[in-house]
Parts: sequence; C-alpha cells; structure tokens
Amino acid sequence: MEAGIKVCILRVAGTNCDAETKRSFEDLGVKAEILHLSRLVKEKSLFDYSALVFPGGFSYGDYVRAGAILAKRTLAKLGSDMKEFIEEERLILGICNGFQVLVEAGLLPRFSRVSEHPEASLATNIPIGYHCNWAHIKHENSGRCIFTQKIPKGKTLEIPVAHAEGRFIFSKETETDYLEKLYENDQLVFRYCDENGEYANGKYPINPNGAFHDIAGICDDTGRIFGLMPHPERAYYGWQLPNWTRKEKIPKYSDGKLIFQSMVEYLKKNFT
Amino acid sequence: MTAYLYKKRSVPFELIEANLLEVNDEQMLQISKETGIVLNLEEMKRVREYFSKLGRNPTDIELQTIGQTWSEHCFHKTFKGDIVTPKGESIVANMFREYIAKSTEELSLPWCRSVFEDNAGIVDFENDYAIAAKVETHNHPSAIEPFGGAATGVGGVIRDVLGVWADPIACTDVLCFGPLDYDYENLPQGTKHPKYLFRGVVAGIGHYGNNMGIPTVNGTIRFDDGYVGNIVVYCGCVGILPMKTFVQNTKPGDIAVLAGGRTGRDGIHGVTFASAELTKESEEVSRPAVQIANPIEEEKLKRAIIEIRDQRLASAITDLGGGGLSCATGEMAHRSQCGIHIELEKVPLKYPGMSPWEIYISESQERMLLSVPKKNLQSVLDIFEGEEVEASPVGRFTKGNILEVYYHEHAVAHLDLDFLYSPPRVRRVAEWKKPMHKDPSFAEPQDLTRELLQLLSSPNVSSRESVIRVYDHEVKGNTVLKPLQGRFAGPNDSAIIKPLNKSWKGIVISCGMNPTYGRIDPYWMAASAIDEAIRNNIAVGGRRIALLDNFTWGSPERPDRLGGLVRACKACYDFAKAYGTPFISGKDSLYNESPLGSVTPTLLITAIGIIPDVRKAVSVDLKGPNNLLYLVGKTYPELGGSEYYRMKGFVGRTVPNVKMNQARNIMNSVTKAIDARLVKSCHDLSEGGLAAAVAEMALAGGYGIELFLEKVLRSTDSMRNDYILFSESNSRFLVEVMEKRQEDFEALMKNVDHAVIGKTRRNTRFLVYGLDGKVVVDASIDELREAWRSTLEG
Repeated sequence: MEAGIKVCILRVAGTNCDAETKRSFEDLGVKAEILHLSRLVKEKSLFDYSALVFPGGFSYGDYVRAGAILAKRTLAKLGSDMKEFIEEERLILGICNGFQVLVEAGLLPRFSRVSEHPEASLATNIPIGYHCNWAHIKHENSGRCIFTQKIPKGKTLEIPVAHAEGRFIFSKETETDYLEKLYENDQLVFRYCDENGEYANGKYPINPNGAFHDIAGICDDTGRIFGLMPHPERAYYGWQLPNWTRKEKIPKYSDGKLIFQSMVEYLKKNFT
Repeated sequence: MTAYLYKKRSVPFELIEANLLEVNDEQMLQISKETGIVLNLEEMKRVREYFSKLGRNPTDIELQTIGQTWSEHCFHKTFKGDIVTPKGESIVANMFREYIAKSTEELSLPWCRSVFEDNAGIVDFENDYAIAAKVETHNHPSAIEPFGGAATGVGGVIRDVLGVWADPIACTDVLCFGPLDYDYENLPQGTKHPKYLFRGVVAGIGHYGNNMGIPTVNGTIRFDDGYVGNIVVYCGCVGILPMKTFVQNTKPGDIAVLAGGRTGRDGIHGVTFASAELTKESEEVSRPAVQIANPIEEEKLKRAIIEIRDQRLASAITDLGGGGLSCATGEMAHRSQCGIHIELEKVPLKYPGMSPWEIYISESQERMLLSVPKKNLQSVLDIFEGEEVEASPVGRFTKGNILEVYYHEHAVAHLDLDFLYSPPRVRRVAEWKKPMHKDPSFAEPQDLTRELLQLLSSPNVSSRESVIRVYDHEVKGNTVLKPLQGRFAGPNDSAIIKPLNKSWKGIVISCGMNPTYGRIDPYWMAASAIDEAIRNNIAVGGRRIALLDNFTWGSPERPDRLGGLVRACKACYDFAKAYGTPFISGKDSLYNESPLGSVTPTLLITAIGIIPDVRKAVSVDLKGPNNLLYLVGKTYPELGGSEYYRMKGFVGRTVPNVKMNQARNIMNSVTKAIDARLVKSCHDLSEGGLAAAVAEMALAGGYGIELFLEKVLRSTDSMRNDYILFSESNSRFLVEVMEKRQEDFEALMKNVDHAVIGKTRRNTRFLVYGLDGKVVVDASIDELREAWRSTLEG
C-alpha cells in the first residue's frame, strides 16, 4: 500500500457501491476506507484523507431529489471542513448517486465558488424509469480534470450506467450560458456517444437518460471535484465487460480503471 | 364477533379470552373464523384439549400464536400430512420427507452444509466460504397490491438469507401473469388486470433490489390464462458466508434482541391470508395483510448483521417473516431446546393503540431477531446504533420449553413449545386423472419463416430486456455473466457471480419452469423443470448443482389439485436423485384459487451451481463465421405443452419426457467440452425448441446460420419440419464449435447423441433447409431480432 495516501469512501444509509469502489483503489495499491458519515464526524477527521469519494447507491432512500438529503447533511456536518479540504487541493469524486450529491451540494459545476443553491440538476430520466445498461462516453476534457489525466481527449470509454435520475440539466434560462462556461473553463468531461464516438444527440438509449448536451460527467473549475453518472468501478476489470466472452484473450482491466489511475497519480504526486 | 363466545380479561389493556372450554364444535369453528386464525375442527379440538388440561381458556394472543404457527404457510401441513386415495388407501405419509428431502438424504453429499433446516439452504463454495440460497413465494399479497407485495417478497427472501448469517449478493425473480391483452370485460370482480399487476410487480422488485444494492440477475416471466385470477411471484436470494461465523445455538440466559423497523398493523394475518383463497372481498378484507416495504431500513440492518456476524457477538439469528414475532421467537427457542420469556411492551411500535396479539403477530417488514449472550449485548446494541438501526432487548431465553409472553407485567400467553410445534397431522385426499388432451392434427404450415417470427414475438419467448434493464444487475461489480449478453442483449442461460476478490470461482444461478406441461402431466412438468434448470446451468459452465423447489398450487383440499401435486413431488424425488442434484431448500404456496378456479400449477426449480474458473464461462451469442453447430441430444416428437402448439391454439398430449439413461451423460459431456475450451457458444433448447434456440444465438451474436433439418438426430423418421424445429424435447444443447476442434469435440461426445446440424455464416442470413433439402426458413437476423424484441414493453 502506498504510504500516506488514504481515500475516504463515505457511506450513509442506502449507499451501496462502496465495496467495489474500495476494491478499485486497493487494486492500485492505495488504502481506501469505507466510513459511515456519523463515524467520520464522531471519531475521525476529514483531513486524515487525501480524497473523498461519494459512491453510488440510494443515500437515505433518495426519497426527495436524489442525493439531496446527503448533500445537506454533508454540508451541515462537514461544511467548514469541506471548504478547507477543497482549498488544500484534495480530491472529491462523486459516482452516480455521488454525482447527484455533489450537484445538490453546489460543489458541481461550481463556477469559481460553491453555489448556495444547486445550479444544475440530475433529473428523472427520459424515458422515465430505472435503466441499467452499458454506455459509451467520450472524453471531452482538455486537461483541467485531474480524474481523466490518463485519458486522451476524444477517447471513447465503455462504462455501465444504472440509475433513474441521471438527466443532467441546467435551468432553461441559464442553459446556454452555463454550457458555454463549461466549455470555457474546460469543465466538461464526458458526453454520451455511440461505440464509434458519435455523440448521442439526445437519442435513447445511446444517451440513456435524456441528459442535456449528452452530458455524462463534469468537473469544477479547479478540476479537483468530479462527478459522473456511469460507474467506473463496474468497468474496472476485463471480466466485468459485457462482451468479454467474445474476446480471444480477456483483457485484465477495462476503461474505468483510467479514472482511478489518474486520481491516484495526482494523489501520489501531491500527498506523499 | 359473537359476544358470548368471548370474555374480556380485567387488565388495563385489551385482552380477550375465547370461551373454548364451554362451547360446542360449531361455535369453536366460529371462533376460528372470527379471530381469523382459520384452524379446522380437528385442530381446534386439539387446542381445546390442551387448554382443558390446563383448566383455563386461551387468550387471544395464545390463539393467534397457535393459528400462525399451525398455518399452511408456516407449518406446510399438506406437505407433512397423510395423503390418501378417495378410498382411504395411503399414497404417501409425508410428501416433504418422502419426496423432497429424501433425495438429498440418500445422495448424502458432503458439500451440503445445511438443508431444509434453516431460513435458507447452505452449500460449500470455496475454502470456508459457503453459498446460502432461498426462493420465496409472494403470490397473494402481490395480487392485492403488486408493488408492495413484490417488494416485500424481495425484502423477505433477503432476510431469509441474512437469517443464516449470509451476505446477500444476488436476487432472482420469476413471475407469472395473465395475458397482458386480457379483455377487461372478462375480469372477475376484485381481480386486477394483468398489465397493472405486471407493471406493479416489476417496479416493486426493482425498487427493493436496486435500493439495497443487490443485483437482480436471473429469472423468467410467463403469461398464461391460468394466472389471471392468481399471479405468481417468486423472489430468490443468494448469499455468501464464512462457515466459521455460522452459529445457531441459543442458550438459556441469552437475550432476545429485536432489530430493524418498528412494528405496526401492516401485515396482520399475512400467513392466514396466504393460506386462503382469493375472493372479490380479498382487497378489502386482506389489505392489512400486505406489508409496506422500506429497503433502506433493510440495507442498514444488513450492514449491522454482517458486522455482528464477523465479530461473532450473537448466538443465533432468524428473520421475522410469516407470523412475525410469534413465529420467530417460538422457532428460535424451539430450535435450541430453550424456552423464552417475552416482554411485549419493549417492542418499538409505529403508533400506540395496538393490542398485545397484534404486536406479537404483526408482519411489519425489515425486522430480525437475534439471540445474544448477555456479555455481548452492549456491543451488539452499539453496532446497531452505529448503523442508525433501532434494536431492543425484548426478552430472554430460558431453561425448559415454555413460551411466556408478558405485557406490562401481566402474563398474556403461556404455551408449551412442544404442544405448539406438534399440530395434528392433516389427512388429505388426492386423486389424479390423466386429462383427455389429444395431439392435434393440422397440416405443416407452408411458410415456416412466418411461424418462427411469430414464435419469437410470442409473449413467452420474446425478449425480457425491457424488464431486466429496470433491475440493477451490475451492482457490486461481480456479475461476470450477465442476464443479457452483449450488444444485442441475448438471453444467457444462467447468470454467474464472482463473489470473492481473490478467487476465480463463480456461482452459477439458473431456473427451470414449464407450467404448460403440467396441464398434461405434472410429473413430466416437474421432471422437465429440473432438467431445464440443470441444463441452463450446464450450458454456461456450471456443475455440482443444488436445487430449490417452489410450488404454487391450488387448494390441497381438492383431490384433483392435490393429485397433481403428489405427482410433481414424486418426480422431484426421482430426478433429483437420478441427476445427483440435491434439494437444499424450498417453499410452497397452496390455496392459489380465485373465482376463475385454480392457478396453473407451477413448479419453479432454481439451480445453484459453481464454475471453478469464471473465465471459462460460455455465453449464448454466436462467436464467429464458419463454425460448426452441434445439436447434442435426440429430438422426439414431443410437442405437448409446447409454445408452438400454444400458438396454434392446442395443448397436445405428448409432453416432453426426461430420458435418464442419456440425460446425465449429455450434461457431463457438455461440461467436459466447456472445460476443454471447445465450446464457443452454447444454448439450451427450451420454449420454442431448436428454432428459438438457434435464432437467439444468431441474433445475439450477429452472425447468420445455415441449418439442415435432415441432420437432426430424431427418434422417428416420421417427423415433419415444423415438429423438428419446435419440439421441446429435454436434455438438448446447441453448441458452436470451431471446425478445427471438430475431432476433439466429437471424442468427448462419443457416448451421447450428437450431430453437426449446420454452420454459422459470415453474413446475417438465417437459412434452414427442410427434410427435402429445400429452404424452409429464410430470414435476416435483423428481422428475427426485431420480432423477438418488439413484444414486451417495460
């Protein structure tokens, strides 16, 4: 295990992708700890960790907007620590429900500062309903995003989605401006596309949820906070791929690993 | 309630005595009916006899406890009862022991760790790790409230797996509905439309499994007129546990800890409801019997229980399912030869105002009971608190065998557990008469392409993708072989889970079910379901298979229904024994009757196998051009109960049999070929026969085929093209093999029927040549895919 770097995988009631997320970090030789929010508050300090991960699941049942309860709880319990954590250039990753949390907390898109109200939303899928399938996403980032440093711009990745509320949108009034800002600040990270890298242009099921501009993942303006709907931890090993039985030789790893690798590389450079 | 039959006890809360000692038989039955315990006269007499000896009347909570414990749902009294002919001659003295458990006993396999004893069956996996498996029925509640009924079905079976200390890692679901286009005009009053039920059930299953983060990986859906009045909802769960942490050994002095959700009035009389027939009043009368689901509560409960297991702080565990606390406390005490002392006021309630008996039998969801040695109590409570789960010590286990329940220091129940767990044996009459179906006679259709397209789009064959995609089948990241294969979402025969990070071994999960065959003969229905479940498992590389049985049947009090059930059970013994595949767990749901009559009797067989190395798993999709297609196994003119006959409006008479002299060899040979890496793709032949199987392989892989029907090994020369294509003979596989491996493959197949019947093609043309050498099916695989995918909307 890499001395010094420790990743906190935060869980609460209803979190459920914590174990496979931890496994991905550990495969890269990084210590990752699954920690309940109440234990983090009572017994630990956020500053014991160089990265914070909000994994997938249904935090608190998502009985209001997905991720909203955990976002408010996190800010209430860790608010000032979170601010400092971000200022110290530590990393925050949100996968699926975690992405919803980061958006609800105003940490994404975070144009230059944490917004008091969510500036985007991960709305109910169109077509409506839970949808579990493999998706293709194209890497759009020109280098801002720390989490995709190992991924060439324009590369298409194959990673599964599984959610009912993943339709990334801005409000109609801000949509054009904010999209421009995403491009301007290099905050756009992944867009849904087909296997040849052609953008979905909203077409289902290539765009699995009707997301605005086929957006699958974005980062903040520092590149150190990143959220995405697809599950890279479910596309970490080759045997997790949907078509591995068609390959002569099963690849050892698959595309999701690149995200964890990029992250770990930054952490090693900056926190050891 | 008829006033003179009851007396209120003078205590500061409601406690009613039933005046059992002074009433006649008729009045006794009235008490049984009015209290909702639905015991029959003989059972009520046994109750009276017990209380006469004590010289007092039973309280409501005592009667309710007895009613719950002796219900068909909890005690399975038909399966354990005497079955006789109408003339009174014995057929079988205990179907469960003589037919279901007997094969397991006789096979006596060392890898079976715990069978039929606990909430779930347990078999070895790898090193100290074992697999736990259970499949539940939740038919009645789902017919009243499909979303809640199905969701709590999933929740219940997950708790069964937690109830043997296993971590739940995969769910299954098998569902049967009436036709989705069923005419509203023909629905009996109080019966809900199949489409409403279908949508609700699917949403309920997804809701629970997805929210708990347990992948739903295997299942099937049937549509048939016989499910309009009674739907079928089977929910399964597979878990994994280190055997060294498994403990069910309650000691006197241990504390009874109730953990999880609060107790309310939801789920009162669930078990008696499940043991009764559905009527037009069911909605109103039985609505409280349907519970409310809260998967997040169970998710927290799961975390705490696994932690308590790993720290080995408890001495036993069980879930609260049918009968609620009354059954859980009684069973836990009885299992370890203890007594138990309960203080009911310590049970956390959702709202005040519940009577003691309601608290005791409520089936509110997401609750578990643990027995905890006193010294570990605080640690256990701390773990629950850490997960934000409410946990309360509600009593303690005692020496002796008495169940005593107190409420605010008043004794409200005092029962001898030996009495409680020895209800009178039921005696039921069974008579099976072979139905008068005939094999139809109709001319061979001119256009078999059209027949195939129609078959692929029929509700029982068509793609289930729209349903499977609303279930998360990938969560936990361990689903190696997915229910849907690859880009075109082909139907894999089994799912494979790789549960341990440090091992390549996998758990192979499959099922088999052929309810239409049961209309002809339940014996061959059961044999075929076993064969299908096993061959689905074998087709992907599974072996060392354990079976689970789930019966959904009509009223066992009607001799014709029971006659069929006896035949099905007999086949379970015969074929589990012959295949060397022991039954490890099961569940029956009887009394599935409605104004439309009995449900189509439906036996689900779930097969749990293992694969030594998941990297050798075989998927359904054709892998490349110019490969050989082998049909392993012989084809008989067995179209009775087939999808082809159904499409033509017939049932037929010649139901598929299982020829044991060949079947076991075929399974073993296919396994050897897979292990030798000779198998590029493989598919079992089931609904729709050869035609459906080869179409599914082609449309999943994106390669066309050419097939020669004259090459198919068949039992008689007089078979027609359509019969060869659509016969559903058992124990058959279609296997894709590369030409250069032909010799190796044939060497492994030398003892079993096999033949090259065609080849895969570079293009997407799907061509079948008939017996006279002329093309009888000519389609593109895009057309086939279109037909197959268009039917079932989500």
